[in-house]
Amino acid sequence: MAYSDKVIDHYSNPKNVGTLDKASKSVGTGLVGAPECGDVMRLQIEVDQATGVITDAKFKTFGCGSAIASSSLATEWLKGKTIDEAVKIDNMDLVEELNLPPVKIHCSVLAEDAIKAAINDFRSKNGLEELVFEQSHV
Amino acid sequence: MDPRVLEAMLPYFVENFGNAASRNHSFGWQAEEAVDYAREQIAQLIGADPKEIIITSGATEGDNLGIKGVFEMYASKGNHIITCTTEHKAVLDTCKHLEKLGAEVTYLEVQPDGLIDLKQLEAAMRPTTILVAIMYANNEIGVIQPVKEISAIAKKHGALFFTDAVQAVGKIPVDVNADGIDLMAFTAHKMYGPKGVGALYVRRKNPRVKVTAQLDGGGHERGMRSGTLNVPGIVGFGKACELARLEMASDTERISKLRDKLENALKQIDESYVNGNPAHRLPHVSNISFKYVEGEGLMMGFNKDIALSSGSACTSASLEPSYVLKALGLGDDLAHSSLRFGLGRYTTEEQIDFTIKAVTDTVLKLRDMSPLWEMFKDGVDIDAIQWAHH
Repeated sequence: MAYSDKVIDHYSNPKNVGTLDKASKSVGTGLVGAPECGDVMRLQIEVDQATGVITDAKFKTFGCGSAIASSSLATEWLKGKTIDEAVKIDNMDLVEELNLPPVKIHCSVLAEDAIKAAINDFRSKNGLEELVFEQSHV
Repeated sequence: MDPRVLEAMLPYFVENFGNAASRNHSFGWQAEEAVDYAREQIAQLIGADPKEIIITSGATEGDNLGIKGVFEMYASKGNHIITCTTEHKAVLDTCKHLEKLGAEVTYLEVQPDGLIDLKQLEAAMRPTTILVAIMYANNEIGVIQPVKEISAIAKKHGALFFTDAVQAVGKIPVDVNADGIDLMAFTAHKMYGPKGVGALYVRRKNPRVKVTAQLDGGGHERGMRSGTLNVPGIVGFGKACELARLEMASDTERISKLRDKLENALKQIDESYVNGNPAHRLPHVSNISFKYVEGEGLMMGFNKDIALSSGSACTSASLEPSYVLKALGLGDDLAHSSLRFGLGRYTTEEQIDFTIKAVTDTVLKLRDMSPLWEMFKDGVDIDAIQWAHH
C-alpha cells in the first residue's frame, strides 16, 4: 500500500517524540490501544494551569506508519491550543490532513481517543469532572 | 523470473504457437513435443515419471485438485482428512469447504517450533482416514515437516499422503519416492519460473492414485484436468525445474550462508527472537520477532529498498496477525512484531549488509518511540495492564 507523503514525512521525522512527567499535576497522559491489536499510543500534554493552554505535547506510539503519523500530527496540533479547543480535534481532520486510506482510519480514531484520554487525565488530576465523549467516526 | 526461463519461453508465443492438443498438424506436434519435454524436466526435479505430472494453473489449483479430487474419488473408503493449522489457506479453506460436503477434518496443532507431533498424527488416524495433507515446508517460517515419517504413518493406516510443496520444490531436494509422497502440489513462480503455471504430482504405482477432475471438459492431462495447455508457461516451468535441479546445491550453499549472516546479525538486537525450528528449515527463509516494535511500521523504514512481509497483516482489511505465528503459540503482540525475510538466487552480500543495517537502525529508532519498549525498560509488566481492546 502506498503511503501519502505526509505520512512518510511524519514517520521519517516524527514531531514531539518523548515523555513528560506523568506524576506532574500539569501533565495529562492518555494511553490507548492494545499490543494485541498492533497499536498502542501514549499521548501527553502539559497544560498551563492559569490559562488552560497546552504548552507542550509528547507522544510514543507502537504501531504502523499511519498510527505514528496520526499521533505525531496530533501533538503538533495540540501545542498552543487551549484544552477547550483541543477537545474539538476530530479524527476525520487527521484523516484528511494525512490522506489516510479507509483501512487506516482506526489510527486516527486512536489518536483522537488518546487526546481525550490525556485531557481527562489532566482534568481528574486537578479535581475536574471527566468529560464524556461521543463515539468518533470509525 | 530467471532470464534463461524467459528465453526458453519466447519462441512459444509467436513462432511456435500451436495447440499441444492438436495432433493433426505440425504446429501442434511442436507444441506437444515442447510440453512433453517440459514435463520430463519437471518430473526429473522430483524423481517422478512424466506421466505423473498433471499441469495446473498453480499451487492453489493443485491443492484444490489434490484434496477435493481424493475426497471425491475415495468417498467409498472414508471421509476423514488430517491436516495442520499452519497450512496455506489454499489447503485450509479447501478442507473447510469439504467439511460442508460431509468431510471430517482433523486440524493438528503444531509444536512451538512449527513441527507437527508425529504421535498426535498417529493418534488422529482412523479407519475412515483417506488423506493426510501436510505441507512440505511452511511459507512463513520455512520449517520443514518430517515428510518421510508422516508418509509412513499414512501408509501404515492405508491413507494417502498429499503435500503442498510450493516452498520446498526447487529449493531443497524433494524425491517423491524416497519421501513416500502420493500427491504433491507445486508451482513455477517460486523457482524463478513464470506465474500462473504449476503441477500436481499424482502417483501411478504403489499405489496407483486417482483424483476426480475438478475441471471437466476436453479430457486433457489424463482426464484429471481439462483445459488448453499454457504452452509457453509450461516450457518456462520445465526450464525453471531444470535450472533448479542443476543449481540447487550451489544456490543453497550460498543463500543459506547469507541467511545465517542476516539472522546472526539481527539476533544481536535485544529482545529479538527467531521463529521456527532452526535445524529443520528451508535455506532461504528467516522469520524474526522484534519485540515492542510493530511489523508494518518496521517495514515502512525500508520498504522502498527491501521487499519483505510482516506477520502483522495490518495492511489487509482483516487486521489479523499471522495465523501461522499464532499457531506456534506466539501472542498476538509478538505476531504483530514479526518480519519474514526471503532470500533468493539474486540476493547479494551487499543487499544483506544493507538489510542488516536498515532493519537494525529502524528497530532502534522505533523502539525510541515505542511506549511498550519504555515500559519494558522501566520494568512495567505490560501483560498486567488492562488494555482497551478496540
